[in-house]
Amino acid sequence: MSGFSSQELLAIFAMQGFAGVSFFSVLLLMALGLAIIYGQMRVINMAHGEFMVIGAYATYLCSITFGALPGMMDYYLFIAIPIAFGSAFIVGYIVELALIRHLYHRPLDTLLATWGLALIMQQGFRSAFGAREVSVAVPGWLRGSYRPTMMIDIPLNGIAILVLTLLVTLGVWWFLYRSRWGLRVRCTTANRDMSGAVGINTKRVDRITFALGCGIAGIAGAAFTTISSTGPTSGSLYIVDTFLVVVFGGAGSLVGTIASAFSIAQAQSLMEFFLGSSMAKVLTLLTVIGILLIRPEGLIASKVRR
Amino acid sequence: MNIMNSLYRLFQGRHGSLGSILLLAIILMVVMPMMFDIYRLNLAGRYLTYAFVALGLVLCWGYGGILSLGQGIFFGIGGYAMAMFLKIEASDPVSTSIQSTPGIPDFMDWNRLTELPWFWVPFNSLTLTIIAVLVLPAAFAYLIGFAMFKRRVSGVYFAIITQALAVVLTILIIGQQGYTGGINGITDLRTLHGWDIRDDSARYLLYYLNAILLIGCLLIGRWVLNCKYGRILSALRDKEDRVRFSGYDVANFKIFIFCLAAFISGIGGAMFTLQVGFMSPSFIGIVPSIEFVIFAAVGGRLSLVGGVYGALIVSFAKTMFAEAYPQLWQFLIGAVFIVVVLVLPYGLASVYGRYGRRLFTPVKDWFSKRKANSSGASAGLKEKRS
Amino acid sequence: MSSNTDFLLSIENLTVSFDGFKAIEGLNFYMDENELRVIIGPNGAGKTTLLDMVCGKTRASEGSIKFKGKELTRMREHRIVWEGVGRKFQTPSIYEELTVFDNLEVSYPQGRGVFGALAFKRDEQVLRRIHEVANEIQLEDRLEEQAGLLSHGQKQWLEIGMLLIQDPELLMLDEPVAGMSVSEREETAKLLRKIAQGRSVIVIEHDMEFVASLGGKVTVLHQGKILAEGDMQALKQDKRVIDVYLGH
Repeated sequence: MSGFSSQELLAIFAMQGFAGVSFFSVLLLMALGLAIIYGQMRVINMAHGEFMVIGAYATYLCSITFGALPGMMDYYLFIAIPIAFGSAFIVGYIVELALIRHLYHRPLDTLLATWGLALIMQQGFRSAFGAREVSVAVPGWLRGSYRPTMMIDIPLNGIAILVLTLLVTLGVWWFLYRSRWGLRVRCTTANRDMSGAVGINTKRVDRITFALGCGIAGIAGAAFTTISSTGPTSGSLYIVDTFLVVVFGGAGSLVGTIASAFSIAQAQSLMEFFLGSSMAKVLTLLTVIGILLIRPEGLIASKVRR
Repeated sequence: MNIMNSLYRLFQGRHGSLGSILLLAIILMVVMPMMFDIYRLNLAGRYLTYAFVALGLVLCWGYGGILSLGQGIFFGIGGYAMAMFLKIEASDPVSTSIQSTPGIPDFMDWNRLTELPWFWVPFNSLTLTIIAVLVLPAAFAYLIGFAMFKRRVSGVYFAIITQALAVVLTILIIGQQGYTGGINGITDLRTLHGWDIRDDSARYLLYYLNAILLIGCLLIGRWVLNCKYGRILSALRDKEDRVRFSGYDVANFKIFIFCLAAFISGIGGAMFTLQVGFMSPSFIGIVPSIEFVIFAAVGGRLSLVGGVYGALIVSFAKTMFAEAYPQLWQFLIGAVFIVVVLVLPYGLASVYGRYGRRLFTPVKDWFSKRKANSSGASAGLKEKRS
Repeated sequence: MSSNTDFLLSIENLTVSFDGFKAIEGLNFYMDENELRVIIGPNGAGKTTLLDMVCGKTRASEGSIKFKGKELTRMREHRIVWEGVGRKFQTPSIYEELTVFDNLEVSYPQGRGVFGALAFKRDEQVLRRIHEVANEIQLEDRLEEQAGLLSHGQKQWLEIGMLLIQDPELLMLDEPVAGMSVSEREETAKLLRKIAQGRSVIVIEHDMEFVASLGGKVTVLHQGKILAEGDMQALKQDKRVIDVYLGH
């Protein structure tokens, strides 16, 4: 670091920080879905990355169909995001119905079964869209960048993703803590048998929760298309990071998930500048694992007598 | 009459009867060499090195309830240790004379290293290499296990963290090209102390060595499971707290089985390098690590020999399908994961347990009759289980 | 402080809080050798938490737990067992997949380290002891059966047997007769009185008849504190006990 002046360092931090924002957004959206599903039914969804890819391909399809219409190119994202959510939601719903519900309380087994599902989905993508990565034309208004000073350059699409992420996070918070449905979800999490006894259809709650988590992954996919191109195995690159975000945040804590996604994304982004991406990744993962060993309950733990 | 008794005992034993291990030994040492040409046999030998890892997983996942998604780490450590030795031997100053620094592995020269890095130096010696193969995987597992189990990290968290560690190791190896050979791995391995490991006779020999080592590891696993430790392990999987409050340091019991699994996997890795002639990071990361799990799951997570059959069957199926219909294979293996978990949680071994065992009941009956006649009292049998 | 060592178990100023909620607060509790003590109290009084703290499952925020003069609050769980403290959980906690014999053998106090367990030999002495305990808990003829197939009451007895085989000096039982039939309760009371010969026993119980049938001193817990202590007859007259627990 000695070769940089303090002003340069500041600029580097600011820029890498904003570069990390896109990564943070995708990670957070992925982790939100995963955390909801894990918190609710102790199911580890190894195919979560593939649900993100569903959203990404859905966005891609929207961009080529709506983008072809005159004047729609700039606005297709507004259609694509709900479609990305919807398609991942529907697939998630079906998967819950066909597979996941048979595996409650066998967390290690869901891990394997959903890995199988991930393989099938990856091959499905490959058959449908080809092995080559596809990329989406970014609308004109997202292409520019914001330059507060000579040295800092913040891409607009990063800001847009961040706004989207914040909205979704707020939506999730509202859904979980302010809506009737969220109350049912929290009841089922706290005490499944009792919830069933007071007339909550816990199976339906599970199904909706799982589908919702997948749907959010779909939105992550839509955000993903603006920073990277999409391939059949794009999702699997994110899955390990996402798991660590959930675990590191303290499973079941919304604030913890946000904080952990932010710190992991920023740490990686900052170190990347100095160490290169592979060493940055190694160091980030090792640090997270190290902290997890000291605090296995994660950043924010829910203290319950067990 | 003692011979009859001991023969009877051979087919007894709740975890991995000696009979099943004997049968496997016959298949590996007699049937397969007769059936296959050297090319196929070498391929089988390669798959059998995966069986070491699957066996380790049967022990620590099946019996101990500890699912590791990072067993590729230990396979890789064993494999790389052996590969480093072979690479140094292959890089003698004469055959590398065109390099700017002769006498060091080619990839180091390409990355402008001028001398062997310190951690390569011990691999000049075969003795140290063998020690490394036997000790390093278990030592590394001890570190991971100690850190995790003493902190009571288990279940899903353990699985995820071991997976992350596998990712870390892969990234490190790929990133540090000059020290590790990078993504291509360590290739062009030819001789072991001047003995060409690529010719047919060497391949036969290595195949048999591999099979013998595998049988040896099976016997170790069987012994461990059949003593009190094995029952504590099963107890642990069921009610960890009860075991802890019965006076056991639970973490130590988990660390041991995890280390044993790593030890066995490391041997497999070394044998892989010897039989295939290279080692690369593609046998360490997420995908191979979880494939090892599926071998154990298909064979039967509670069957010692099951892991071996699982590794052989799945790998051969993969070779056959992937050649003919590569797309279909992905769908198929994905479906296998799902079916095994949903329908056959105890794998093929449970199918055998349900139907196949009948084939052997006449033999067993005959033995037990002899046993009953010889000891005079059949009641004593159950009382004095050894 | 010297008086501490006269007791088998002396708990002083014990406090534990979960996120600010004090499940046990400033508790003092003493127990003699060979004493049979029953702890009663309404739900949430901290009974199970108290046992959890003695056996190391829950760690104290403050205070001390001394067993035979040794401090337990910092000791690791298995060491506490080695010192001679046995704990039975509320729901039967046995190894369902193993046989009754194996359940008892796993609990046998030898081969407690990894290598000890690898080298463990099932000799005559072990067999004799297992049969002895099995006889005591009336499961001798079911040794070869899978433990998961036992009835609820038998599972409870098996767990008691798993503790007996370790011959602990202090045995803590959390609601040992919950969910048992009347005849099973009687058998259990008989078993407990027999067990209590030569060792100290703490029993948590809700069933007043059962408490009376056990005899021994009774401690009433309420909101993490000791409300009253004495024999059952005296407590039945105690107004505070009637108010919070026994009812009018």
